[in-house]
Amino acid sequence: MADRHPEPDSPELRARWGGFAFTPEWDAKAKEQIAHYPEGRQRSAVMALLDYAQRQVGEETRTQGWLPIPVIEYVAAYLDMPVIRVLEVASFYTMYNLQPVGRFHVQVCGTTPCMLRGAEDIIMACKQRGMAKGYTSEDGLWTLTEVECMGNCASAPMVQINDDNYEDLTPDRLDAVLNALAKGETPKAGTQEPGRHTVEPSGGPTTLTAMVTENHDYRGEW
Amino acid sequence: MPKLTVDGVELEVPAGATVLQACELAGKEIPRFCYHERLSIAGNCRMCLVEVKPGPPKPQASCALPATEGQEIRTDSEMVRKAREGVMEFLLINHPLDCPICDQGGECDLQDQSVAYGRGASRYDENKRAVTEKYMGPLIKTVMTRCIHCTRCVRFSEEIAGVDEIGALYRGENMQISTYLEGAAKHELSANVIDLCPVGALTSRPYAFEARPWELKKTLSIDVSDAVGANIRVDSRGREVLRILPRVNDDVNEEWLTDKGRFCVDGLTRRRLDKPWLRLDGKLQAATWAEAFAAIGKINPGSSVAVIAGDMVDCETMFAAKKLAGALGSSLLEGRQTGLAYDCTNLAAVNFNTTFAGIENADAILIVGSQVRDEAALVNVRLRKAAKKGAKVFVVGPEWETTYAATFLGDDIAVIAKLPKEVSDAFKAAERPAIIVGGAGAAKGGIEAGLAFAEKFKLVRDGWNGFNVLHFSAARMGGLMLGYAQAGGIADIVAAKPRMVIALGADEVDYTKFAGSMIVYIGHHGDKGAHAADVVLPAAAFTEKDGTYVNTEGRVQYAEKAVFAPGDAREDWTILRAMADALGVSVGFDSFDALRAAMIAEVPALGTEGLAGYGALPEAPKVVKPEGMIAYPIKDRYLTNAICRASPTMQRCSAELLHGETFAEAAE
Repeated sequence: MADRHPEPDSPELRARWGGFAFTPEWDAKAKEQIAHYPEGRQRSAVMALLDYAQRQVGEETRTQGWLPIPVIEYVAAYLDMPVIRVLEVASFYTMYNLQPVGRFHVQVCGTTPCMLRGAEDIIMACKQRGMAKGYTSEDGLWTLTEVECMGNCASAPMVQINDDNYEDLTPDRLDAVLNALAKGETPKAGTQEPGRHTVEPSGGPTTLTAMVTENHDYRGEW
Repeated sequence: MPKLTVDGVELEVPAGATVLQACELAGKEIPRFCYHERLSIAGNCRMCLVEVKPGPPKPQASCALPATEGQEIRTDSEMVRKAREGVMEFLLINHPLDCPICDQGGECDLQDQSVAYGRGASRYDENKRAVTEKYMGPLIKTVMTRCIHCTRCVRFSEEIAGVDEIGALYRGENMQISTYLEGAAKHELSANVIDLCPVGALTSRPYAFEARPWELKKTLSIDVSDAVGANIRVDSRGREVLRILPRVNDDVNEEWLTDKGRFCVDGLTRRRLDKPWLRLDGKLQAATWAEAFAAIGKINPGSSVAVIAGDMVDCETMFAAKKLAGALGSSLLEGRQTGLAYDCTNLAAVNFNTTFAGIENADAILIVGSQVRDEAALVNVRLRKAAKKGAKVFVVGPEWETTYAATFLGDDIAVIAKLPKEVSDAFKAAERPAIIVGGAGAAKGGIEAGLAFAEKFKLVRDGWNGFNVLHFSAARMGGLMLGYAQAGGIADIVAAKPRMVIALGADEVDYTKFAGSMIVYIGHHGDKGAHAADVVLPAAAFTEKDGTYVNTEGRVQYAEKAVFAPGDAREDWTILRAMADALGVSVGFDSFDALRAAMIAEVPALGTEGLAGYGALPEAPKVVKPEGMIAYPIKDRYLTNAICRASPTMQRCSAELLHGETFAEAAE
């Protein structure tokens, strides 16, 4: 994260992204976001618009998308706000990519619960596939980032790849997911533990057991 | 009016005060970094922690906590002491120990407060964070590793300057202060962040490694780069002025200073006139004082003498020249070098009557022919405050980038006579309407039209005078008070064909019109005036003489002498006194005190510091027909006077910030 910085402003960057404008679909969504706020408070929609811009860039580049400087300037002009204020927001939140990412942005959670459950092995598995933290692989397929808690501690360790979470990972399960993605398949998102649905206790529920199959009124038992 | 106790002392504080302000009222010092009286409250440095009951049993940030009835505040308890020590230790974790090579050393809030409130030694033995330098332009030097993230600079640029140049990028430990894409800060007040920075992260680039604050002699003076008359402190060492800093004066400049006023100092040692020059065979040649005065004696002009005052001269110089001209039998005095010729019979009609502090309260403002950011950047700050409070601002003149919402009504000054309905409605509804006529407006009859406007919309009412003229030259109001105005302006002087023209630092005059006159230039820089002169007499710049200045609101202020003029240069009044001898007349003073006493005897208002007071506005002329396209006189805001033009810093500002030239950065 310390290495986060915007992609340097260059003539090539300007040439590629200088003409950026929302497509009619994203534009409609952007207008709707702005309409959520009172007139004159359109700046409040900056986070949503940055996300839309990133997604549109993603559609054009077939990646998760990122925010080139001209696109940030476009959003600032769209919302009639100083561009430095938009850059502040874009640089604050790590979910805005300030630099190009690969086809799949692999974000491995390394915060304590995931680490205790084996996040270091997951990172090692990624590295063995040729990924390096903060870099995009040469084939343009993978970008590896270590991120902080994604809120999936109950099914740690986890990675987030583009918009999907893959949880309860082991190096083998991660390999299976990544292989499937590389082949163009859509692996099942969420927990990879066989028999587990979401984040219920592994090995079956330990509380409210009577509720598993049918609705049960516990009130008489209190 | 909540009543509370601070360290056991009961006191009443104004409603809306914060706990920090309450503690200050009680005479307690509260350490702080992010809190600043003139900026919004951020509450992010945590240095101002105090103990407050009732409340959670932990120290609280006093700057962001409202003072309420019955609070018991402790600033001297063990909890507070430990809290301050803890915060200070955290702040110092990532602050480099480079005080010996830091320009802020000796006037650093972090240094002072760590001595007073810190725990003496660090327990931190990990690596410190390092931050890359950020380019912020030719005026601001950055050492961002020293930054403690108080965000004063960010708040200044957003709230006071109104340009959103500086921002805080990234987050948490990685937060970095930067301009957008590390571009130069271009605002005309940008260097004030140097004063605001409580550490050495933002320091003065031209002054880098020049001196330590304790080596400097501090002299109270007045800024002459515009007509605002900002209060400044001149820091000098030996014979050289090293820097200029603003002083606090809530009536004039609050505590800000324009970049031009601050950084023209290096112009004070360059292109200086340090010996007399005589034009011999069409070429200026160095001479002695005796030769110069002999040459002046030979001119023998009789009463055919005119005096033209420049933009930066003090009242004493103008008065001495007036006495000399009077002794020779002439009253041809003029200070409006560029040919303005508005009526000066009633000075209230050419004065900024609302006062700078007062204009903040205006609720409708019409600016006629003034690029306020160039002509009086500190007045623009006031206008921004007024606009933030809800004032409607309209501008007649070519469009410029305002730092507040303003409506431009076109370039043609005739629009004052037939205002659009929305404008006249706004002024009819306004409780405190105001008009500001700038120099470009005055050139097209804006003052007369403004007086008619003032009558029509009753700009003068109980406790409010909304008629204002915004001058640009520091000498203007003083000159007008001393009679430096001909009915027809400088054209009258040209028409009189004087045999001798005494130019007091007048560099903006079109001297080709005085081809038949002997021009005696008394000034401090070899600029346009000296180039045209027949006799050049080296004089003192504003830092080198005591002087009286009157700013555009008619405020009389005194500046003191900081250093001696270089070489053979002398203070202006002594030159004029000696000229009187050379011309064989008597001017009636032999010392500066006698001169000042004579001046005050003639114009008593110059004897008291403060607003001169020019009485009521004159009646507006019956027929007013303002016409013409407004054109602002200032083409380059960094090069408006001889000192600035001689200053490498100002030249670079002009080239880089206004004309987009790029400069390679030398590696350190």
